[in-house]
Amino acid sequence: MADVLVMLVVFVVAFVVGRALILRVPPMLHTPLMSMTNAISAVTIVGALLLFTRTLRPAETLLGVVAIAAAVFNLAGGFVITDRMLGFFRRKGPEAGDLRRPHHTAREQTAPPGPNGSGETA
Amino acid sequence: MTAQLLDWGIILALVVGIALFRSPRRARLGNAVAALALSCAFAFLLARHTLVSLPLVLITAGVGAAVGWIVAVRIPMIQIPGMVGFQNGMGGLAAALVSFVELTRAGGQSAASASGLSAWLGLVVGAATFSGSMVACGKLSNWIRQTPTTLPRHNTILATLAGSVILVIVLATSPADASAVRMFAGTLAVVSIAMGMVFSIRVGGADMPVLISFLNTMSALAAALCGIAIHNRLLVVCGATVAASGSFLTYVMCRAMNRGLAGVFTGIPQQEAIAPATGPTSNAAPAAADTNTASDATTTPAQADAPDPFEQALATIRAAKRVIIVPGYGMALADAQDEVARLAETLAARGANVLFAIHPVAGRMPGHMHVLLAEAEVDYGMIRELKDVNSEFASTDLALVVGACDVVNPAAIDTPNTPISGMPVLCVHEARAVIVCNLDERPGYSGVPNPLYQNAKTILLVGDAKATVARVLDGLG
Repeated sequence: MADVLVMLVVFVVAFVVGRALILRVPPMLHTPLMSMTNAISAVTIVGALLLFTRTLRPAETLLGVVAIAAAVFNLAGGFVITDRMLGFFRRKGPEAGDLRRPHHTAREQTAPPGPNGSGETA
Repeated sequence: MTAQLLDWGIILALVVGIALFRSPRRARLGNAVAALALSCAFAFLLARHTLVSLPLVLITAGVGAAVGWIVAVRIPMIQIPGMVGFQNGMGGLAAALVSFVELTRAGGQSAASASGLSAWLGLVVGAATFSGSMVACGKLSNWIRQTPTTLPRHNTILATLAGSVILVIVLATSPADASAVRMFAGTLAVVSIAMGMVFSIRVGGADMPVLISFLNTMSALAAALCGIAIHNRLLVVCGATVAASGSFLTYVMCRAMNRGLAGVFTGIPQQEAIAPATGPTSNAAPAAADTNTASDATTTPAQADAPDPFEQALATIRAAKRVIIVPGYGMALADAQDEVARLAETLAARGANVLFAIHPVAGRMPGHMHVLLAEAEVDYGMIRELKDVNSEFASTDLALVVGACDVVNPAAIDTPNTPISGMPVLCVHEARAVIVCNLDERPGYSGVPNPLYQNAKTILLVGDAKATVARVLDGLG
């Protein structure tokens, strides 16, 4: 019982901290935020894996395997989609439509104005 | 001890990942950090514990990851809302299954304990979120119809299902033997799945941003409950953080529509079309009964169009120095975002000041329009939120509305007792000229007729937005 209480406290603290962090996310990034947090909630994979620390009956093995597949799908897919989406956001510079700027290709990401605008990104 | 440290290390990395979500570039880094953190969690666990059926586990994980990866890489942005819904469902499913096995296995959670209760709740929430998300996915992908489906005595059905859930849990947490627990768990799973479906099916298209954010919260909650049940800190922290994110987004969406959560989930009934007789923003007010007219019909005296509306529009666009483009879900449906992006570029290249004004609930999920425009290579420096841009309309030459109706409906401001009354809208009617590229003159999802269409300064270009905007581009270029 005490253990559960501790967990509840952890829950509340994490919720409050999480809320404070999320408040600062600009609306423009809400969709990638949703897909990333979706992936994070697939941490359930840990729970699914822990099921396999003890012997399981065949039916339970099946359910466990499905749980793993679902969680991993969520995990891999979520982070990859988020990365893809974020890759689309681009700034073409302070003046949108400045004719002198070359048109940026899909693969290039603009770095913010810096000493040697190398354009390398994460 | 190291296990604890590792856990906290991973949690810290996740916090950093989320904290980085301020700009697209940093967010990408944050996303990578979070992905790395969870991969480490996976790896550490495998290192710390010996698992039975290890090859099976690894193969399943590998296949699941591969499939997830491939789908994620190939899916077009148009289908993102459906995809998010589906993945959400997968998360709920995983949590439900883990809870189920924990409850029913020999040596698993004692069904009658406090952590057992958590597992029961995890099962219920996970299963309901799974089915609810699948329904949401269907709606978002346009496989299921968008309008709310209300069953006869819908509330009674929901109440009965919820009541059954509570009953079964109460029965199950009193001492019961293994086979009884299995039966209870199975029943609960089925009832929860039904509950999730019935719940989701009643939510209509334009309310999807709220539903999907809510489901996001629920799948996280399921993970947290699962975590409490198996005493796993990582699950609890992650679940709580994501639940915080989802609940915040849900709140933002409700505020943006000026509707309460309950109203969204009980499906405010479609109002009868009301004649905007007293609206000061409309210049002519025919009864709204039949507005599905052909594109160049002259239905209103205020728009005695001898000239072709398209030519008028083209002239207005050419002359405009300050333009604000307002995209809506219709743009996504028409797949017109590329054309709109090219139009914005063309106008900017001609020296006009071009901005995009995005309403918080435009589209079917928070941030939907932004992602579509980003994919179409719109400079995100041109994008503005409602609160920042609404005061700009008065000094704007042209407001170009593409596939949006309710979010620019002035009736929300001055007409009481409609589904959208009081909802903050984009004040396009304050611009000097307005061009609307919508499919038809029918009211938007809310059913409230839009006086903007009858406004003297509005040019209505009905038809497929993709074709219309392409025509405009031809005309300009």
